[in-house]
Amino acid sequence: MNEEVLRTEHVSKSFGRVAALKDASIHLSKGEVLGLLGDNGAGKSTLLKILTGFHRPSGGKIYFQGAEIELKSVSHARSLGIEPVYQDLALISELNVYRNMFLQREIMSNRYLGILDDRTMRERAIEQLDGMGVNIPNVDVEISKLSGGQRQAIAVARSVFANAKVLLLDEPTAAMGVRESAMILDLIRRLKEKGEVSIVLVAHNYAHIFDVCDRVSLLQNGEITFDRRTRDTSVEELMNLVLHEIRSARTTVVGSS
Amino acid sequence: MAADKADLLPQRKDTVRRAAPRSWVSRAGLFLLRSREASTAIAGIVMVIYFQSTAPAFLTPSNIGNLAEYTAMTAIIAAGLVMVLIAGEVDLSVGQVYALAPFVMYFAQKAGVPFLLAVPIGLIAAASVGVVNGIFTVLLRIPSFITTLGTLFLINGLTLTISGGFPVRPKAGPVLQEIFGGNPVSQILWAIGVTVLLQFVLVKTRWGLHTIATGGNIIGAREVGIKIERIKIGNFVLCSVLGGLAGILDTFRIGSIDPLAGGTEIMFMAIASSVIGGTLLTGGSGTIVGAFLGAAVLGILKDGFTLSGVSAYTFSIILGGAILITMLINVHLSRLRAAGGG
Repeated sequence: MNEEVLRTEHVSKSFGRVAALKDASIHLSKGEVLGLLGDNGAGKSTLLKILTGFHRPSGGKIYFQGAEIELKSVSHARSLGIEPVYQDLALISELNVYRNMFLQREIMSNRYLGILDDRTMRERAIEQLDGMGVNIPNVDVEISKLSGGQRQAIAVARSVFANAKVLLLDEPTAAMGVRESAMILDLIRRLKEKGEVSIVLVAHNYAHIFDVCDRVSLLQNGEITFDRRTRDTSVEELMNLVLHEIRSARTTVVGSS
Repeated sequence: MAADKADLLPQRKDTVRRAAPRSWVSRAGLFLLRSREASTAIAGIVMVIYFQSTAPAFLTPSNIGNLAEYTAMTAIIAAGLVMVLIAGEVDLSVGQVYALAPFVMYFAQKAGVPFLLAVPIGLIAAASVGVVNGIFTVLLRIPSFITTLGTLFLINGLTLTISGGFPVRPKAGPVLQEIFGGNPVSQILWAIGVTVLLQFVLVKTRWGLHTIATGGNIIGAREVGIKIERIKIGNFVLCSVLGGLAGILDTFRIGSIDPLAGGTEIMFMAIASSVIGGTLLTGGSGTIVGAFLGAAVLGILKDGFTLSGVSAYTFSIILGGAILITMLINVHLSRLRAAGGG
């Protein structure tokens, strides 16, 4: 496989006495798409928030492009090229597409007075969206007029545009119809073909994971318990692992009472 | 690929259909629907025609001067308020800053400071009220309604205390007096200048963009790294400074610095102007030009009814009705816009 971009070793996180994440080791190669599965409360969002620099880990190590790093803040992680796409997408409904694409990275015709260069931003946004195969009516429409899938695509495009090396996608197809999901999965596949950006895809939908991911990791009770290439495993195997976890948890409760 | 194309096809068709020729009536209708400023301007023109037909004195030079005076100060205050409203906050104290700033200017002059330096000192005093409003709201997390309600009483008391409750006369040379709002022309020029400048800031600069982003989606704005604290505090300061400026300009119109000038009345008139002009109180959306037109509509109403001999009581009833009706229209228009009408 390609060079390694991101790796965590035994990362853990406790909030007071609650251990939200106990032992998470993942690795991600350049151009790879890693699916992260796990039930609610398994520690997915905690792990994601550690990778975005939002939470500091209580233990363990993080390596980025071969060197051990400490992610100090969200903006620090972002400056390295670790770009989160949040579930709320951080888009502004009242602003048009290209102004959203450049939010907080505006191109200005006069930097001192902060005067925006709308023409250049507009052209570059069209270029970028065309290059990624994102179809929207035009870049002048307000975000509020776009569908959920189109918004998601714009949020992803914005992160890629910002020279992302690692994209963290938090349930991008949640609450989305079949057609909209297909559009997002297509976009991920196209990014994979280009091979410039690595993706961690958090999802509940096994079919989506197997559709676009090279590898899948399973988080259970704060630990990574499974890590395999998708072509070497199956939906059934993963389902069995999760069901086993649920059953054994039930037995423990019965046994202890 | 196939899926997203299918997804977009209907919208593409729609765009093409929209571009097809329409009758001028429906085109005008669409323009009105899309531009909040246009509907306010047309309401203003209709009122001018009505008042001119009922009271021929309406469009005489002296009455146009009255209209300018009614409009100018409210428009300057409304410009700052719109920025605060777009950022998702409100400033109730701006009418008290309007009374405070000229007193600070007056006392600075009395202490020997020349006029051209005393004005900025008055504005700095105004700005510091904005800083207090901003810090309490943004850093100490008190809702701005409560914060500025507090500073409203506080500043009012402060102005009454330092003035002893008595009005004083502003002092400036005859030329400076005319430049600083001593006549209707200079007043309306100040208002137009402030409106054009702030509209530019709102639609063409990073500050305006980030103000819209902060009020439109505060979590998202924070996630992309916009310093929402700076944006909010900055707009509180801007609003207070404009309140102070309007207060200073108005003392030269009246020829007196009154501790009871402005107050809640001018603040509510400014909010009414913003709302009539198309600014929503929910944040993320608004227009400075609209607020200017809103102030003009209120000025026309007030002046027109005065000329027609309608009492101040009736005027309040009409103003209240006008606010309710415009809000009703605004809400329905934005629903239509959201449904794809614009």
